[in-house]
Amino acid sequence: MKAGSGSFFWNVDIAVSLTFFTILLLGLACIGFFMGRRRATVLADTQSAALHSRPVYHGWYVALACGLPAVVIWITALVVGDQLIESTMIASLPQDIRDASGPVLNRFLADAETLAGGGQPTIEITPELEAAARRFGNLRTLEHWIGFAGALGLGLIGFGLAYRRLSVALRARQPVERALMVVLLLAAALSILTTVGIVFSVLFESIRFFSQVPIFEFLFGLQWSPQIALRSDQVGSSGAFGAVPLFVGTLMVTFIAMLVAAPIGLMSAVYLAEYAHPRFRAGAKPMLEILAGVPTVVYGFFAALVVAPALRDAGASIGLSVASESAVAAGSVMGIMIIPFVSSLADDALAAVPNSLRDASLGLGATQQETITRVVLPAALPGIVAGLLLAVSRAIGETMIVVMAAGLAANLTANPLEAVTTVTVQIVTLLVGDQEFDSAKTLAAFALGLVLFIITLGLNVVALRVVQKYREKVD
Amino acid sequence: MADTTFAIHSGPAAQARLRKRYARERRFKLMCLAALGVAAIFLVVLIGSIVSRGWSGFLVTQMELTVTYSPEMVDASNPADGNFRMIVVEALQKEFPEATDHSSMRALLGLVSNGGFLAVRNAVVDDPSLVGQTVTMWVSAASDIDMLNKGYVDRTAPEELRRVDDQTMAWVDKLEADGRIRTGFNWDFFTTGDSREPELAGIGGAILGSFWMLLVTFLVSFPTGVAAAVYLEEFAPKRRWVDIIEVNINNLAAVPSIVFGLLGLAVFLNLMHLPRSAPLVGGLTLALMTLPTIIITTRAALKGVPPSIREAALGIGASPVQVVSHHVLPLALPRLLTGAIIGMAQALGETAPLLMIGMVAFIVDLPSGPLDAATALPVQIFLWADSPERGFVEKTSAAIMVLLGFLVVMNGIAVFLRQRFEVRW
Repeated sequence: MKAGSGSFFWNVDIAVSLTFFTILLLGLACIGFFMGRRRATVLADTQSAALHSRPVYHGWYVALACGLPAVVIWITALVVGDQLIESTMIASLPQDIRDASGPVLNRFLADAETLAGGGQPTIEITPELEAAARRFGNLRTLEHWIGFAGALGLGLIGFGLAYRRLSVALRARQPVERALMVVLLLAAALSILTTVGIVFSVLFESIRFFSQVPIFEFLFGLQWSPQIALRSDQVGSSGAFGAVPLFVGTLMVTFIAMLVAAPIGLMSAVYLAEYAHPRFRAGAKPMLEILAGVPTVVYGFFAALVVAPALRDAGASIGLSVASESAVAAGSVMGIMIIPFVSSLADDALAAVPNSLRDASLGLGATQQETITRVVLPAALPGIVAGLLLAVSRAIGETMIVVMAAGLAANLTANPLEAVTTVTVQIVTLLVGDQEFDSAKTLAAFALGLVLFIITLGLNVVALRVVQKYREKVD
Repeated sequence: MADTTFAIHSGPAAQARLRKRYARERRFKLMCLAALGVAAIFLVVLIGSIVSRGWSGFLVTQMELTVTYSPEMVDASNPADGNFRMIVVEALQKEFPEATDHSSMRALLGLVSNGGFLAVRNAVVDDPSLVGQTVTMWVSAASDIDMLNKGYVDRTAPEELRRVDDQTMAWVDKLEADGRIRTGFNWDFFTTGDSREPELAGIGGAILGSFWMLLVTFLVSFPTGVAAAVYLEEFAPKRRWVDIIEVNINNLAAVPSIVFGLLGLAVFLNLMHLPRSAPLVGGLTLALMTLPTIIITTRAALKGVPPSIREAALGIGASPVQVVSHHVLPLALPRLLTGAIIGMAQALGETAPLLMIGMVAFIVDLPSGPLDAATALPVQIFLWADSPERGFVEKTSAAIMVLLGFLVVMNGIAVFLRQRFEVRW
């Protein structure tokens, strides 16, 4: 979309600027590394004294001294610069736009940015917009140059200072290793950050949603039809956000899935763990792993194209009307998908039962079946239940199978032969396609996401705790 | 006295009880085996139904045309603007001289795919000296003819219920009898992008999109995941909040993938204004999703390195960092890479989060970098599975076969690495 308005401003492309900066800085750090390392070797040779730290640490010392401050100043410049640009831009806009409502103002600024980047803005190109775009382009260029010069300057200063400090006695290892620790710690903290990001992103949008639709109505309403009229004069529903039909649909599909997966998964685990010859086990396990490795979109295609028509025809032949997007089709295929999951977790739980229990039972004359059902399974029960809980959480969060094989219309029914819709299906249908970010329709997806997250998290926390406890017992 | 107690275990009642117990034992064992068998049958039916529908997706029906580039139709100085539909109609009229009225000419046009017209055009654009000459070339047939040739059209159905009418079927049969129809391998399927017409649609764009996306995912999640795992396993003091990180990672691994899609939408698109539909955003989202997997497998790999290695290195004066970077990591590398490949395979098959961040779009062009709009292989499958045309069913199945092929290769490499390089202590 570089055509049309063209790039009639001299402008920095962010991607190019970033690439250039990265390459330059990496180059500088590399030079620092090699010069530092060389210097340390030379120092050790000329002074014929032992280095405190190995030459490689001296190299890293210089490289870090020129790289780290430069990166920090570059990021700061961009973050602070973006804030400054926004306030300057707003201050320089004509009065009527500045007084406009938040979304309109933001839309104008976003379009100025798009136009400055050579893209096609969503609103008509007016002289004001062009002026704003030109100003934006200039400010952005200035920002990048300042950040760039600052980073380069600081990098060179760091390089010089660190290089001069190099000596045989320099304890270069300690600061370098400390910096590495910080990097490792940050990487470990990223997972926390992800969780925080998930919580905040769904929570904030959900709170906005609940300011438009009461939470009580959302959780207990029986009517779900999120189509809000796009124009005020359009006829049609005003949108209803009662999520009970979705919850019921999700539960029904999950229940059907567990009906398939729990017995088959458990019994195959019992066979593999208790009866199977090791060689048979070595052959059967990969079979289950393949079943587990098939992408969910493939299961969805299978459900929609093979299972659903087959069930419909089978139903028709015995006089039952089965919807072509029935809950049974989606649920049973989801069950197939979950079999290996149940089976491997149950396998772990069974393997955790100490052999002394089995030996004792068999020694008293019990058959193997009696041993399994009366001794091994009860002993493994907590682990098995935890595995089933994890499987339920998986089924609730599964998306592609239901998107492709379950219905779209919310339908409050207890009949598994009818089409139902689920929480995940609604999230997808609400968010795919053109979206207005402030409408209740889009925000509803985040509220559903929040419900999904809380439920699966609850199941996982309980189940993982049990699994963990039993794993420790075996160790 | 002794006889009665003995009788409880040996009398006919005891024998019957024992038989019953043994029968129950056999039944139970058989049922358990049957459960495994059912799982195996599911797998066979799943793969079988996809292969049986999909193998013909790799084939394409072509017809031979004897094309005359007459100067009235094509101007040698500007060959791109010729009337190629008319040229194709004339070429077909050589075979079927009876088709002269307007509606039969339209029907003739319906035999050839849009890609066929393009091929006729490209030939003369590449070589303007063809104007005035007659050449024979193979062009791809329209989707309906393709379906007819592959046997997906029921020839016995009444004409009005059929996608191909009697007239066209007679034409196709004549071409077939003349040896002017052939079925070839559809190489274009692997190199072209999406199309509205099933016979032209390819998965080249989707493969490239998946490639760029996985590249981003790998570059972000592998170093970060390994660093996090090294910290937690080797350096972290056993303090409370390290436990919190651990619990958190285990929980993240079980969060539904669609929730990561919501995160990507809220953070990468709405907050950071990264381009929609770009593999960069998809890659970042999937990186966050695969991170827990990589951390967990890396920690297992690090745990597998025996403490004696660490103690020996520490004993001869290495610092803890040197112990890890010189000894533990290199020894754990095969298992580390195995974990990374399995994580990437997981990311390759993932669809739901990509729907959230707009990678679900009709994109014809091949993406040339991680910032171009693109779709990914599983999303392409999802899009085609939704298309009503009969021709897309085999394309969908064929694309699934390609996706499964990639997954098999990736897992194969992982297994190979594990068996070839893993050291057992």
